[in-house]
This record gives sequence, C-alpha cells and structure tokens, in this order.
Amino acid sequence: MIGPPLPAQRFWGLTASGAASFLGLWTVAALSGLTSRNFLPAPWDVVERFGQLLVTPFAGHVLLEHLASSLKRFAMGFGLAVLVGIPLGLLMAWFKWIDRIITPAFEAVRFVAPIAWVPFAALWFGTGIGGPVLIIFMGAFPPVLINTYRGAKQVDRKYIEASQMLGASAWRSMTEVLLPAAVPSIVAGLRISAGLGWQSLVGAELIVASSGVGYMMVKGQASVSTATVMCGMVAIGFVGLLIDVALRRVQQAIETRRGI
Amino acid sequence: MSTAAANPTSAGAAAAPRQGTRSLGKRVGGVLLTLGIVLALWHLLTAVTGLIPPMRFPTPAEVGVALQQIAIDGYSNGRLHEHVLRSVLLVTMGFVVAASCGVLLGLAMGASRSVEAFVNPIFLVLRPIPPLAWIPLAIVWLGLGDAAKMMVIFVSAFVPSVINSYTGVRQIDKPIFEAAAMLDVTGLRYWREVLIPGALPSIFTGLRLSLQASWTTLVAAELVGAVTGLGQILNQAAQDIFPAMILVGMISVALCGWLMTLGLGWLEKRVMPWKALS
Repeated sequence: MIGPPLPAQRFWGLTASGAASFLGLWTVAALSGLTSRNFLPAPWDVVERFGQLLVTPFAGHVLLEHLASSLKRFAMGFGLAVLVGIPLGLLMAWFKWIDRIITPAFEAVRFVAPIAWVPFAALWFGTGIGGPVLIIFMGAFPPVLINTYRGAKQVDRKYIEASQMLGASAWRSMTEVLLPAAVPSIVAGLRISAGLGWQSLVGAELIVASSGVGYMMVKGQASVSTATVMCGMVAIGFVGLLIDVALRRVQQAIETRRGI
Repeated sequence: MSTAAANPTSAGAAAAPRQGTRSLGKRVGGVLLTLGIVLALWHLLTAVTGLIPPMRFPTPAEVGVALQQIAIDGYSNGRLHEHVLRSVLLVTMGFVVAASCGVLLGLAMGASRSVEAFVNPIFLVLRPIPPLAWIPLAIVWLGLGDAAKMMVIFVSAFVPSVINSYTGVRQIDKPIFEAAAMLDVTGLRYWREVLIPGALPSIFTGLRLSLQASWTTLVAAELVGAVTGLGQILNQAAQDIFPAMILVGMISVALCGWLMTLGLGWLEKRVMPWKALS
C-alpha cells in the first residue's frame, strides 16, 4: 500500500537533501580538478554566466533578444499550425471525401520526425525565418488536426441533425455546432502541440538559424563554454514551462465554464 | 484516426474472421490505390508539367535512382542498410538502458513517497528541458561520437519512462492494494504481482513516448554531426543539394520509426494478453 502523504517536516527534509546531494555531487565533480571549469562549471558559475548573458551580447545578442527571436519563430509556426489545423480538422469531420483524401497522406507524413524536415526546410525557405517555422509547424500541426477532428467527430449527432433541420448551411453547422463542441478537445490538442512545437524549434535552431536560444547554445558548444549551454537549457525549459502553464490555465477556464 | 480504423477489425476478427479478412483486403487495396494516385500526381507535378522545379523537389524517377545509388554503391560513408543498422542499433541500445533505469526509478517513486520527495527536486528541473536541448551539452562533453549519441538517447528516453511508470503505480485502484495487503502479499511478490502489472498499461504508454523521443533525438544528433546514420544521410544530402537523397533519407527515418513502434505494440500485446480481451 502506498502510504499517506508524508508529514511536512519529513517531506521538506527529504526534498532539501535530494536537492543538496544533487548540487553537492555536481560541485564536488566540478572542483575535483579532474576536468577544467569550462568543461564542467560549478553551479554558481552557471548562475554567474546567466547574469552575464543577460547584459553582454553572446553570439550577436543578449539572452533576452535570443529568447525573443525564438518566441517569434515559435509564434509563427504554432499560429500557422492552428490556422491550418483547426479548419482542416473541421472540414475532415464534416466532409467524408476530404477525410478520405487527407487521412492517408497525413498518416504517412506524421511518421516523419519534424527534425527530418530540416534539409527541405533549409532548401525551400532558407535559414532565416521560413526554415525554422516549417519545422515548428511540422511538430505542432499533427496534434491540432487530430484533436480537432476527434473533437468534432464526437459531437452528438442530434445537434447536427437539429441544425440541419433548421436549415443551417454546411458553413454554419461547422462554425456554430462542430467548432464550439470541439473546443475542449482542441485546447487539449493545443497544449500537446505547443510542447512539440517548442521542442522542434530548439532542434531547428541547433541546425538552421542565426539567432535564437538554440543558436546561442550551438555557439556556446563551439567555444566549449558548458555554462552557456546550460543557461540555454534552463532558459528553454523555463519558457516551455511558462507556455504550458498558460495553456493549462486556458484549458481549465474552458473546462470550468463547460462544467467538465 | 488510425486507432479508430484499427479497432473494429481487431474486435471483429474474433467474431467473424471472414469479414475480417475481407476488410483487410479492402484496406490493402485502398492503400495501394492511394499510393498509385500519389505517385501519379507527384510524377505529373514534377516530371511532366514541371510545376515544382526539380531543384526544390525530386521526381519519382530521381528518387528511384538515388535509392539505387545508396543501396548498391553507398552514399555518405556507407550503404543504406549500414546507415539504418547503425541508427537502429544505437537507438535500441540507448532505449533499452534508459527505459530499464527509468521504469525502475518511476516504480520506486510511485511506490514510496520518500523516494518521490527525494528525487522530485532534481526531476522538476530536468523534466521541462526538451530532449533536443541536450545535444549541445552532449557534444561539449563527449564529442561527435557514439557516446554523445547514447547520452542524448538516454536522456530523451529516460524522462517519459519515469513519469509514466510513476503515474501508473499511482493510478492502481485502491481495492487492489487493500486485497494485496489482506492477502499479505509483500516484498518481491508485491512488486511482481501488484505494482508492475497494475502499472503496465501506463508503462507502455511511457515506453512508446520514450521510443519516439529517442528516435527523433538521434536523428537530430546525427544531423548535427555523425559519420554514418540516417541523420548523416540527410545532412550530407542537404550539403550536396541533392533533393532525391533527402527524400530517401526522410522516408527511411519514417519507415524505421514506424517499424519500431509496431514492434513495441507487438511486445505490448505479448506482455499484456489480458488487455486484448477487455
């Protein structure tokens, strides 16, 4: 049997000792002299480097500018996935023939890892904005489409029949019946898709980009500055977490309003 | 969408085998028809009308030639099966090691609140970092060789295994624990007969995510730098501006990923025969 929640004192004691042993082992390894501090920096070196990156430009920009350019690409790729995915999902749920055409193609393309689009992305759209955006789109698109389609397919038939009986056109049935009913499923899909899109963005920036956090990490790697790479990892993790928390808020708000 | 299509056939197969085979034949026919249409359209757009310029996207014939070249003469330091074997082998090794460690840690975290409290702070920091973001660190520490690739595969496969094994244990119904306690099931038997079977469905969800993540990460790592491997084909083809070979590389990546997922699905059915019944 899994015991009851730990008493607060014991919980925090264990949590603190877990964190302390992690940081302690890391510090010991860094200071042992087995490797250089560039190769394995101490925890406070990373914090210090973080402070530096905020004010002194590295790889052309300061950290926040790198983050801003990453976020801009992310917003474009994710926005495009939403703009294409939701209407297409609704159309597929409404018109059988569109479903029949799109589904096999989509299933085939979905198995290509987003990162494998890198060569074509660079060939078609270059390495500035277009290339990375395509890769983010490839990561973010499938969950939006799948969840919109599933959400719309699960709508109770009698609502659709009622709307048709009242003379609604296909357009009105889709926008006023299917879409609102599918919203909870769509928002759940958006969360997955934002996560995947953010991940794909990092991959894209490692390979094809000349700004952004991923690019900053590549430059840090090239100059064997582990601290810079670690700062990039923390920044990426943190921003990814923020995006997820924001979307979870939206999801919860919708679910409360719908009484789910 | 694929699950919706697969369920009726697997459920109907036991009740009406004849109907099952017919629908299978129909499905194969449908897939072949779609493939034919796609090929014809592709040929029309690239080779016949030239609407898509050949420098942007290859014609079917070019892809055939590229496939022949890489399969027989080799491309980018190896023949196709050598690249495939190398990538698949690396992923399998990294995945097996990471999944074993991850599932054990996840089960331990699920079973004991003390372990959970101890490990959680480390996990909370590492968890949001996307697998691909570990690539530069792995390269700084271990260079461009296999060791760095094993590291990124390990990291990307580890996290989903831990999370899902942990959730799996926590989702086991309370009456099952009570029954186990009443029957005095403890020690190794408790793990083997209560915790692991109870958490298995969730463990497999985690393994599937782990496998996908490690495959994507490996391809990305090979794109950044490698001697052989599928990502290296993509990298070389991109540098040579050889669209047909890029497409061959992409199709190989997709096919291998798909086959490995199928393999895991097969294993899941073998390990959890009771799930097919319900």
